[in-house]
Order: sequence, then C-alpha cells, then structure tokens
Amino acid sequence: MKLSFVLLFCFACLLSVEVAAQSRYFTKTGHIWFFSEAPLEDIMARNRQVVSFIDFKTGELAFSVPMTAFQFKKSLMQTHFNENFVESGKYPKSTFSGTFSKPGAIDPTKEGTYKVQVEGQLTIHGVEKALSTDGILEVRNGKVRGKATFIVAPHDYDITIPLLVREHIAKEVAVHVDMLYEPFTGNTP
Amino acid sequence: MAKHLLLSLLLLLAPYLMQAQDDLLDLAEALDSTEAGYVSGTFKATRLVNGHSVETNGDQELLFLISHRFGTLNSGAYNLFGLDQATIRLALEYGLTDRLTLGLGRSSLEKTYDGFAKYRILRQLQGAMPVTVTGFSSLAIKTLEQQLPERPTAFSSRLTYTHQLLIARKFTERLSLQLSPTWVHRNMVATRQDENEVYALGLGGRYKLTKRTSFNAEYYYLLPGETADQYRNALAMGFDIETGGHVFQLIFTNAQGMVEKLFIPQTQGAWEEGDVYFGFNISRVFSLKKEGDW
Repeated sequence: MKLSFVLLFCFACLLSVEVAAQSRYFTKTGHIWFFSEAPLEDIMARNRQVVSFIDFKTGELAFSVPMTAFQFKKSLMQTHFNENFVESGKYPKSTFSGTFSKPGAIDPTKEGTYKVQVEGQLTIHGVEKALSTDGILEVRNGKVRGKATFIVAPHDYDITIPLLVREHIAKEVAVHVDMLYEPFTGNTP
Repeated sequence: MAKHLLLSLLLLLAPYLMQAQDDLLDLAEALDSTEAGYVSGTFKATRLVNGHSVETNGDQELLFLISHRFGTLNSGAYNLFGLDQATIRLALEYGLTDRLTLGLGRSSLEKTYDGFAKYRILRQLQGAMPVTVTGFSSLAIKTLEQQLPERPTAFSSRLTYTHQLLIARKFTERLSLQLSPTWVHRNMVATRQDENEVYALGLGGRYKLTKRTSFNAEYYYLLPGETADQYRNALAMGFDIETGGHVFQLIFTNAQGMVEKLFIPQTQGAWEEGDVYFGFNISRVFSLKKEGDW
C-alpha cells in the first residue's frame, strides 16, 4: 500500500511537469520595435528583453515590456523617451494581457502556420486600453514564433508631445512584435 | 486507504490548481529582470551652467555646442544691456564610448583653445551605487598675442590645466545635486603674488520645473588664498529647455569666460553691482552610428 502511494506520487509529479510543458510557452528575449516616420528624423527603437507567455490550452497571452530596455540610435532620444514621454521612472513596464482566437486548433508540437486574432488590454504609461490585432503563430522545430503589428497613438495613453516637437513625431506609431517561444517547464529561473 | 487516495487525488490535481492560481501576466512580470537599472538623465546637458555636469555623450555621438555670453546687464541701455557685445565659444564633443567623451573648443575670450577628456567612472545604480562620478581633465591654451612682444615667452607658459571630480546624485525625478572639487594649474601667472595652483569647490544642482525645463544653479567657491582675495566666486543660474535633439540653456552669471580656467579663477563680476552676463548654450547632437550598429 505504501508502494502504491509512492508510485502515485511519482506519477503525479511527472504529470505536473507534462501538463505545464505541453501548454505553456515563453520567452525572455522577445523583440518589440517601433518606427515613426517624421519629416526631420525617423524615430526607431528596439527592445530585446520582452518577457512573454502563451498558453495553448487556455488561449491566454501575456507580455511584460521593460520600458528602459528600448534602445534608440541616439542616447539623448532614449533619455527623452524615458524621462518625458513614457515616464519610465513612474511606469517602468508596459504590459499586455489577452487571448488569441481558436487555441484548440493550434498544436504547438505540429509544424504549421496559423493566423490568429489577438484581443486584450494594453497598458502603457499607466493607461489601460483595449487592443485587438491580427497575428501569426508559426510552429517550427519545437518552437513557436509569434508575430503581430499594431498601431498605437501616444495621445490615447496620455503621452503628451510638446508643441515644439509635435511636427517631428508621428501621431501614430507602428509597433512590431516578434516572439520566439520555447516550452515553459515551470522551473526556469 | 481513503485518506491516501484523497491525498493522491489532490496531488494529481495540484498542477491544475496551481495553474489556475497564477496569472500569466504575473508570471511574465516576475521573470522580467530589468528591475534595477542605471539612473539616467541626472542632468539634461553636459553643462550644469558654466561648468561640466556628470553627463557624457553617448557612444559615437557628436555634440555641437555653441555658447554665448553677452556684455554685463549694467552696461546700460546704450549697449542694450550688454547685448551689443558678445564672447563666443564653439565646441565639438564626441563620445568614443558611452563613458568616454573627448572635446575641443575655441573661445573668443583671450583667444583660448581648449581640449578635454571626460570619463564616467561610476554610474548611479538603484540600490547599489548612490552617485555618478565623472572625471574631467582639460588643457587650455591662451593664444592671445603677448602685450610685450619684446619679451617672448615659452609656449608652455600659455597652458592651464584643470582637473575636476564631478560627483552627482539624482535624488528624485526633479532634483539632482552635484559637487565638483576642482584643481586649476596655471603654468605661468602674471605676477609673483598670483597663485599657480588654484583650488575650488563647485556646488550645483537642478530642479525640474516641468518635464522639459529645469532651473539650474552653480557656485564655485575658491578655497582661501591669493586668488580668492582678488577674484570673486562664480555664481551662475539658468534654465534648461529641451526640445528634441537640442538643449537650450539660458544663463545669468558673473563670469564672462566659458572654460574652466576663465570662470573659476578669473571671475571679476559682482552680482550685487549688476555685473551679470546674460548668455546661452545651445547643443545639438548628431549620431554617427551606422545602421545596424545598435
């Protein structure tokens, strides 16, 4: 009887690892970049330290974006971005929490490309707004690549642009998301 | 037996229960490792007012700095309160790395050329390093022709060295303070009484009025000595206004010079008598980085 309990315990442990491994994928080096074309100079920044999770069972998606990790070509621009626009001291992270369509139709172990609809709440500069966009999930070599592009208007997130530089900065900024997800085993640091 | 079965069932369900409990977003935020960051933007510009701030240029960035000081405010309406006359300094500063900046400048006052190196030794880090420390060394060459051409002097007598340790802390988003111990060495001085070595302590800071403007003040206290007796401590106040790639600094100061050797040991103006020079610094940053370097 003791033995049967030990066996069951082992089975439970194995199962727990298996369950987590199957449905949840994650990345800590996700890439998000944005580009804004303006008459005087183009503004572009990239961030390669985005943490993201995707759950193929529940269809949940989560992103945590450290704002100070956005790299600009000019360090002065980066300082201005953090100090004046997104106020990284007060709002260090932007987040997205949502779902993608038809999670049941996607098998993360079977190679293929799937078009999905992503919906959720995007929080930038402490302001939460609903966001819905198209995305692509691509399964290859045991990894899942997630891509999406959407438009953000700084004004919607209470990011004010001073009159003097208003003409230099586009009213809408295209944000590109490129994540390479790996299976999440639950004990990764 | 029933007890064991129940326990086993709980164990079997445990992963599902756990999964239900922790939100994916909480998980993502917990894994994000950029919590502790280096403090940036202690000051808006590489100058506090007259003197240097701890800020250095970014990697492969070229900064073009134009500085002007008009005449004194007390020179009267006839001179439009000093605006009729001006001294100028043009300078280029280049960031070899994020920490090391080299600069070259030319002031019209005493036809002075100056070259400097600035290195960010320590960077303020949340919870680990309370201050940013930058080392500054400059060489200034006075090229104004000698008043007495029949008494030629060696080239070395035209040189002045300035060494500073700039120590600053960003206390809050708005308030940053800086301490600048300074040593000025002059190879040759005009009279026997004048000092070759001048020591001073700079104190300054900024307070942000809005996100893009700040009030700055800076005071250089000359340590007791001959120079302190004959000259005045330099007091400068101004506003930083930042617009995109530019920083404008509007300045009121009792020093006419724009390099250390001029405004630290040679300031003569008295604030209380209205010997105040209005001036400005304008900087523009150019990135020389190639596409794909970053």
